[in-house]
Order: sequence, then structure tokens, then C-alpha cells
Amino acid sequence: MSIKDIELPVPGEQFKLEILENYPPKVGKKRQKQIVINQIGADDSVPEILANTRTAPGIISMRGCAYAGCKGVVLGPTRDILQITHGPIGCGFYSWLTRRNKTRPKTLADTNYMTYALSTDLQEDEIVFGGEKKLMAAIDEAVALFHPRAIGIFATCPVGLIGDDVHAVARAAEEKYPDINIFGFSCEGYKGVSQSAGHHIANNKVFTDVVGQLDTPKEGKFRLNILGEYNIGGDAFEIERIAEGCGVTLHSTFSGNSVYDEFASAHTADLNVVMCHRSINYLAEMMETKYGIPWFKVNLVGAAATAKSFRKIASFFDDAALLKQTNDFIDKELVEVEKVQAILRPRCEGKKALLFVGGSRAHHYQELLREIGVETIAAGYEFAHRDDYEGRQVLPNIIVDADSRNIEELTVTADETRYNPRLTPERQASMEAAGFTMNDYRGMMPEMANGSLVIDDCNQYEMEKLIEYYKPDLVCAGVKEKYVVQKQGIPMKQLHSYDYMGPFAGFVGAVNFYKEIDRLINSSAFRFTKAPWDESPELSATYNN
Amino acid sequence: MLLRHTPTGLNERSALTINPAKTCQPVGAMYAALGLHRCLPHSHGSQGCCAYHRSALTRHYNDPIMGSTSSFSEGASVFGGQANILEAITNIFTLYDPDIIAVNTTCLSEVIGDDLVQIIKKAAEDKKIPRGKFVIHANTPSFKGSHVTGYANMAAAMVQYFAKNTEKKHRRINLIPSFIEPSDMSEIKHLAGEMGVEYTMFPDTSDVVNTSMDGTFRMYPHGGCRREWIETSGDAQATFAIGRMGALPAAKLLDTKCKVPLHILDLPIGITATDAFVNALRTVAHVAVPDSIREERGKLVDVLCDMNQYTYGKKVSLMGDPDILLSMVRFCRDIGMEVLHVLTGTPVGKFKLEERVKEMCGPDVVFRSGLQCDLFMFEQLIKENKPDLIMGNTYCKYMCRDNDIPLLRIGFPIYDRIGHSYVPLMGYRGGMHLLLKILTILMDRQDRDAAEENVELIM
Repeated sequence: MSIKDIELPVPGEQFKLEILENYPPKVGKKRQKQIVINQIGADDSVPEILANTRTAPGIISMRGCAYAGCKGVVLGPTRDILQITHGPIGCGFYSWLTRRNKTRPKTLADTNYMTYALSTDLQEDEIVFGGEKKLMAAIDEAVALFHPRAIGIFATCPVGLIGDDVHAVARAAEEKYPDINIFGFSCEGYKGVSQSAGHHIANNKVFTDVVGQLDTPKEGKFRLNILGEYNIGGDAFEIERIAEGCGVTLHSTFSGNSVYDEFASAHTADLNVVMCHRSINYLAEMMETKYGIPWFKVNLVGAAATAKSFRKIASFFDDAALLKQTNDFIDKELVEVEKVQAILRPRCEGKKALLFVGGSRAHHYQELLREIGVETIAAGYEFAHRDDYEGRQVLPNIIVDADSRNIEELTVTADETRYNPRLTPERQASMEAAGFTMNDYRGMMPEMANGSLVIDDCNQYEMEKLIEYYKPDLVCAGVKEKYVVQKQGIPMKQLHSYDYMGPFAGFVGAVNFYKEIDRLINSSAFRFTKAPWDESPELSATYNN
Repeated sequence: MLLRHTPTGLNERSALTINPAKTCQPVGAMYAALGLHRCLPHSHGSQGCCAYHRSALTRHYNDPIMGSTSSFSEGASVFGGQANILEAITNIFTLYDPDIIAVNTTCLSEVIGDDLVQIIKKAAEDKKIPRGKFVIHANTPSFKGSHVTGYANMAAAMVQYFAKNTEKKHRRINLIPSFIEPSDMSEIKHLAGEMGVEYTMFPDTSDVVNTSMDGTFRMYPHGGCRREWIETSGDAQATFAIGRMGALPAAKLLDTKCKVPLHILDLPIGITATDAFVNALRTVAHVAVPDSIREERGKLVDVLCDMNQYTYGKKVSLMGDPDILLSMVRFCRDIGMEVLHVLTGTPVGKFKLEERVKEMCGPDVVFRSGLQCDLFMFEQLIKENKPDLIMGNTYCKYMCRDNDIPLLRIGFPIYDRIGHSYVPLMGYRGGMHLLLKILTILMDRQDRDAAEENVELIM
């Protein structure tokens, strides 16, 4: 699908200038580099954007913390790793079932801890004298009640400050319970500048302590892992369905609808495909270095993107029968998708959307919106890095600041016995010659229209101004933004929680999403915002006379 | 089974909390601060706290919840958050123009030991606070008490910063509600208004978190108690602390600081508690109870008498926050229900909640409060002795489904139903709503469970 240039009613430059004028100078100076007007150069180059940098104090941001990224995002969706939050009660409470990562245990006897929020509920005494003893006692109680295979311990802000060592407690507990894999995450909320730090911390620990623990491969041909798919609203269920239909074996999903054993044996798969680049690219890279598993980026949001991604997966495995099955399956699926598209596209064509969410969705959902003719005029991520905007080629040029330096970067080497490059150099060369890209992500900006606005860490004030200047037909962001937008009579779609709907991934998801966008744009609900007498208020005065 | 790993029997624990029946102080403080007109709540800690609290309140109210944060980085956590909050104050007044910034601390800034009194003084000295604008704070360490404590502390901060004694005494009564819904705050104001009592209510979140939709977003909606009104609260003739846990600290402070006589009342839920509230208001304000209130009361009593057979003797278990629990138990007894279990994760301190619950329900009621009193324990209790109805927050839905028990959603948070912010549970009119809800749930059950020959057309 070709992307047209966009001409905004108020040019992006003017918008930017007027926004920046109202900021205190220190904030304005920084925001200036985080608001960019997209311009794709001849060589596909895009302008530089400042990202993954601190939000100025006092600014009403969309961002959360490292704990949310680690416990909430990456580990949360796994159903049989017992997760204990070490800290006061709040963090464990707020991350309890609120992210909608669905899970489906195969039988009633299967483990599912998803509905349980475990916390040490630290009290003042423990803050003063240390909470390690209580954590150990909590592990004892948890083991007695739940008999888990694995336990993850998540540190919250005060834990880091009082000097509790969750890793030491994990080691001690593991000695006590040798059959249980127990590991800690130093994901204190103040680490880094956003959820992103927590993703990295989670990736590191899952890589060192879980992946590679079990050498039994899953049965089946063409085995792959999907990284960075968290099964919000059942997305992973739909992806599992498509994988089966295409004839590939989904070994594990990190981490939607997943179990510990699948993580532990993920290194036995032959391919990693990456969905949310931001939250999980670390794991993909480390698994390639250590085990020789190649990876590439996919997008399973949007029917065309899903089709393209699964065709690419099939061609990676280089098997004629697989390629045929994949193509046949996709062609069949697309019939229904195109039928709905044909009905709904004329109803949504030409509508304008703002899209501020996450670390990959602001990119992925543009494709889905485009499929029914909705244009994205401004987009940005909440916690992504430059490479998610501009593409991975900028990685060597990203300046590592103090906040990022505090997040451990693991040094990984090839596993002595288990390193097994899945592609021969000859095969790799021939694939590259045929235009098959590996280990690459081009980022969001090359796929956005010239003239559109790209805004990193968009905040309350900027969102309000965007709405005032551009009067979009639809805004996509998170729950905190939802009602701010809707009070203005503009429909708002939550793209973290999907407003408790879904799936929106894959083919079934695309159809769901088209219908939902059609409802938001065309239902009569928002037309009641203004009362009839608001149109001509002077009339009532006339009657009074 | 959603909670498939909860064993039968009771497992006493001393370290591990599972499925908490409380959350942390700052969210309560943020909610209380929204009850001040043109006030922006500010969370002094990491970004995540503010994001979590805003999300929780947004999900509960389906309305915009504004709040800012000091956005601590690792550096601030080591060197203290003073620089962050000073910058925040400048940014907030420049961009968002509130009249008041209400700062709550977090576990992080409490552990660091940031001295907010000194920091706010410095902000004033550095002229970071524009003329006529205010920065107030409450200490709300997450490792003490619960969200109710945080609410109480922020309400007390309003007194601390604003209440004054002048020579000009007036007849108004200060109404300080506990952590309750905006609809209930409105209903309490309605009762006082009908009785012709002049009052100042704070915090007052009505028309702040349950606003209407007219095509305009207002960062500061028209509701919320005015600072000027709280300033005069020191000259009022009395203070009503409505709900002891949430309201007493502010009311007590008004007493010690400004010598305003203090009356502690239960939340006016149901007949007995609302009667007590109306009676106290009548006596203290020297007013008569108008016919309109007699009418409201009479209608509630009418429905109760007509339909008493459907609630009498029905067994109920409740979880929630102390103030709401106490009055809900009272109402359950008013309508003849048998209370099996009462549980709160909030430590109740000197509040003799257990004694009062036992006075109402007899010695057999199981009462649990404080550490490790959580929904895991609550489910173990209800499995042992199954009630006909559970009253509690949204998180109870999982055990209700597993055990096939209907749920009446009350308290915080309610993420999966709406109405609580618009339709009151308090006062006689609220009692009517509450009773109708209970009746509908129980009678629907009867219709569902009755043998075919016993399905009644007329009930």
C-alpha cells in the first residue's frame, strides 16, 4: 500500500513552534527534539528524533515505570511462573489482571497463577530493618500453597533503596527448594526512564535463568518462537490459529498464553520472529548469539501485514509444501477480510487518526487503520527508542545516557555445546541476495506519510493541542487519555487494553478491528454531545421576552 | 476454575499477601486531592506510581483523572527528589495552571526522606509558587495503612494548610466524608441541603470525577471544595467526621487546631445509620427534619417491609474498607440478612470495628482485618460457609464465579460495572437503590434456581 504525502490544515512546523512557545525553556529545548515532522529522503532516510529520554518532572506523561515493564508486560502473561512482588502493596495490586493478557490452560488440572497477585506487603518495620526475611518467609508460604515449578521475584522502588537483595534471596530459596527455579528481577520503578528499562531487565533474566534450562524440543516441523506478543484480548490465540493453519509449529510465545517449559526449551526452535521490537529485541539478539537462532521482525497486526509475515516465515523454512499450505490458508482467510473491508472502507475512508501508544503498536496499528482508509496524521511511542522510530541502522549512533547505562547489558557468547547456526553462510547469502532481510527493523517513520507528525513521549498538553489543531476523527492511546479525549466528543480507542475487546491481531482480529473502528466513527453515540439548543442559543432568550 | 489453586480450609500466613483487599496510600490521597476545586494532585515519586493511580481511578470512574509526577530517576532516588519537585512546580504552574498542587509522597520519597515542608518553603522562597496559588502536601507512605489512610491524610492536609481561626464564627457545619463515591457525597449534601443546614464539604469529588459530556474537556471541572471555604472551616460551629477511618484525622486536626467541636458518625448507609446521621445533624444544627426527608425515608421503609421476605435470613459475606463495611453490615442487619464474614485488608488501629460488627451480628460472625487479610483468605472463608450473596469490589468476581455466588459490587475498585459514581448508596434514596439492587440479585437467583413447579409469576 503506497503512502501518500499528508498536508495538514496547520503545517506541522507551525504546530510545533506554537507548542514549544508555551513550555518553560528547559522543557521546550528537549521537546523540540522529540517533535519531528516526518520527511522520507531519497535513500529512505528519516529525520532524527530524541527518544528514551527522561520525562520532565511535572509533565503529565503517559509513561509508567520499570516494574510495570518487567512484571506487568514481559513476565505477567506467563501462567505458571509464580510471581511475587517484593514491596509495599500498591505495585502488586495495580498489576493484578489489569493488562488483559489472556491465558488458556489446556486442562483443569493445569497450573494457572494468572488470577493471583502475590506480594510481601512490606510494612514500616521491614523498611527500617530490611525485608529479606519476610521475602524468604513469603516464598516458603507460596511454595507450600502453590507448589510452583518456577518463582519470579520483582523488586519495587523502596526495595532497592533499603538494600534488599532479591537475587541473594532467590539463590538461598533455590538451595532450599532445588526443584524450583527461583529468580529475581531488579526492576525498581525508578530504573531507566519508562517501562522500557523493565523490558530489558526482564529479557536479561529470562535469558540467563530460564531459556536453555530444558533441552527437549517440541514435536513438529518448522518450529519457531514468537517474541513480543502478549496476548492482549486473545491476539496470541488468533496467531496460534494462523500458525497451525499455515503449517508451522509455534514452539513458544514470549509471553502471551505461555508456560515455563516453553520458555525453558525455546532455544531448540529454529527461528525467532519479533512482534514488539521494543520490549523483546534483546532476547532475540542474545538467542542468536548464544544458540544461533536467526530472527526477523514481523507484524501480525493488519491483514496484509499478517499475510506478508507468514509468507516470509514459510519462505524462511524453504519448503515447497509449507509454502503452498501457507499461501492457500492465507488466500482463504483473506476472502472474508476483503469482504468486510469492501463494506467498511467507504464508511471510514479519509478519516484522520492520532496514535500514541506503546513501543510498537503506534507503528503496527497504522497499517490496520490504513486498510480501511483511516490516515494517521500524528503518531508516537510512549517508551520506545530511536531504532523503533528510525530503524535499527541508527543503533551504533545512539548515545547511551546515564539512565540507560544503569540497565545491565549482558555479554553473550556462543554456547559451547548448543550453538548451532540454523542457516549456512551460503543459504544466508542467497536469501539476502533475494531481498530477504534478517535481524532488521526499519522502524515506524519510513512507513509514515511525509508531513505527518512524529512525537515521542507525547503528553497531556500536546495531546490537547493536537486535538485542538487537527480535530481528528479518532484517537488511539491508553486508559489515562481515554476520557480526556472523549469529553471532547471524539471517539477514543484504547490500544493497550483494546477497551476490553479483541483479538485485533491476525485475520479475525483485523475484521474485529475494522468493525470496531466503523462503530467508533459512525455510531450515533458521539453525535449527542451537543444538544439541539446549543446550535442556536439565542432562541430561548427570544421566547423569554 | 479461575482460582483453581486456592485450597479449602484456612491457611494462616504471616508473610505472604495473596490477592490484596486493600491498596496503597497514594491512590487515596490522589482521590482526596481531586476533591479540591482547581487542584492538581501530584505524586512525588517514580512515574509508575502516578500512572498506576491515575489508571486505577480512571477505570473506576470512567472519567478523566488528572495527576502529575516528580518522575524520579535513579539519580533522584539517590540524591533526593528536591530538584525534581522544584522543577515540577514550575512546569505545572506554567502549563496546567492549577490553583493548588496537592503533593502526596510515595514509598520511594518516604524512604529517601524528602522533607516536603522544607521543600515547599524553598519553592515559595524561590518564587516558584505564583501569587494566590498554593502547594500543599500529605505524607502517604505506602508501607503503612492503606488507600483509606492516604485519603484521610490528604483530607487532613487540607485542614493543616488552609483552615484558620478568625473572630468571625459562623453557623456552617463541616462535613468531612470518608473515601466514598462522588454520588454519595452529593447525597449527603442533598440531606443537609433539604434540612436547611449550611455546610462545607471537603473533600468533595462530586462533579470532578463524574462529569457530564458536552464536547469540552475541562482539566478542572466545576466541582470540588473551594479553598476559601476550607479556610473558614476553622470558624464553623461543628465538624462531622462521616466515616471514622477516612475522616477522623482531618476532623481531629480541626478540633485541635481551631477548636471546632467534633462529631464522629458512621457513613449514612441504610436506615439505622442514615437515621443517626439525620438525627445528629438535626440536633447539632438545631433544625427540624423536613417532610421531604420523611418521604424519602418512608419510601425506603415501605419497600423494605413489602419485600422483607426475600432478604430476611439470607446469608451475606462482605469485604471492603472499614467505614463502608461498618455501615453496610448495619444495613444488612436492617434488612434481616445474616452476616457470615467481614474482611478488610486495611489495618483498623484503634477503630473498634470488630466489636461493633459483633454487636450487630452476634459472636459467630467471622471478622478479619489487617495484614494478610486478603481475598485469598476471604475465598477460603466463604468456601467453608457459603453465603447467598457477596458484597465487595470487582476482584471478588473471580471467586463468585468459581463458587456460583452472586456479587453486589460496592467499594473500591469497581472496574467492570458503572453507576457507582452517579447513583448513590447513601442516604434514604441511596438505601432505596441499594435495596433494589440486592432484591434484584436475590430474586433473579430464585427465578434461576427454583424448580419448574415453583417459578413464581408474582413475587
